[in-house]
Amino acid sequence: MAKLTFNTDSCKGCGLCVNACPKNLLRLSKETINKKGHHPVEITDMEACIGCASCAWMCPDCIIKVER
Amino acid sequence: MVVFDKPHALTDTPFHYCPGCTHGIIHRLVAEVLDELGIEGKTIGIAPVGCSVMAYNYFNCDMIEAAHGRAPAVATGVKRANPDNIVFSYQGDGDLASIGMAETVHAAARNENITVIFINNAIYGMTGGQMAPTSLVGQVTQTSPYGRDPKMCGYPVKICEMLSQLEGPEYLERVTVNSVKNARRAKAAIKKAFENQIAGKGFSLVEVLSSCPTNWGMTPDAALKWIDDKMIPYYPLGVYKDRSAKEEN
Ligand SMILES: Cc1ncc(C[n+]2csc(CCOP(=O)(O)OP(=O)(O)O)c2C)c(N)n1
Ligand code: SF4
Ligand code: SF4
Ligand code: SF4
Repeated sequence: MAKLTFNTDSCKGCGLCVNACPKNLLRLSKETINKKGHHPVEITDMEACIGCASCAWMCPDCIIKVER
Repeated sequence: MVVFDKPHALTDTPFHYCPGCTHGIIHRLVAEVLDELGIEGKTIGIAPVGCSVMAYNYFNCDMIEAAHGRAPAVATGVKRANPDNIVFSYQGDGDLASIGMAETVHAAARNENITVIFINNAIYGMTGGQMAPTSLVGQVTQTSPYGRDPKMCGYPVKICEMLSQLEGPEYLERVTVNSVKNARRAKAAIKKAFENQIAGKGFSLVEVLSSCPTNWGMTPDAALKWIDDKMIPYYPLGVYKDRSAKEEN
């Protein structure tokens, strides 16, 4: 099973990871705002993640750690 | 098992780049290559003037800050004095193709044994979005509010094509990082550009088409699409020179 860890404090809410996910599992949080003032990334269904790391590849800020 | 994490060759300092700016992806790819080749400890990077001026805060190897456009000249000196070190420059298009054009061309002509990572985002990012030598015909910038007019400003410079006419350089390739597939290809090109230096083959330049969502006035996602729709047709991806591959054939 895949496991993602987000460095949420440094996320800039750019959304590039959201568009890169082939399973459409990521979104920008509507409720939370991080220290930088951005709506950070969150995963909707961790169980469905295949650990392909596409999101991490497209993240300009190395926010996402992927384990499998 | 960890399959993806921030590479060791990047420091923990968060990038100051705008949200969605692909400078960050390119930094990471360079750092992954330094990790994979095990050369972080003997690599010296030369930072430019431009948005990536503070690249020295982000790479874990030794870094030197060069005056605007002079990175290939600084890299030449460092490499000649310390031939056992690995030396790379990281430069924007305003830096490399405008004020630093002479340094770029002559380092290539001399086949200086250095690696150049060239970030072409078709604009001067740091100074607020003025027209660059690489801005496209018709592109709206702060200094071309009606679009770049070739009658007034000439045509955008194609660095890989231009340098490929020189006898000197070993390896020239243009890549982009606007999708996972393209980013993987970009990493392979960057790796080759460092391997060439390790093998003593000479001047290797990788031009990376990069986004500037802030000054293009687009969302980060739309900027990646703009690379596909507008930049790649004028700046085709591919290998423009690979002397060793040619000699092997
Ligand atoms: C000698 C000198 N001339 C002009 C400048 C102003 N200046 C700072 S950055 C820059 C251009 C940066 O554009 P680019 O190299 O494309 O990098 P980007 O910011 O787009 O990544 C200019 C002209 C300067 N700092 N020094
Ligand atoms: S690892 Fe792959 S499947 Fe999982 S969230 Fe990232 S892109 Fe989506
Ligand atoms: S790509 Fe990175 S910085 Fe952008 S929203 Fe996703 S995790 Fe945050
Ligand atoms: S101004 Fe453009 S190139 Fe500079 S950090 Fe922002 S998006 Fe990136």
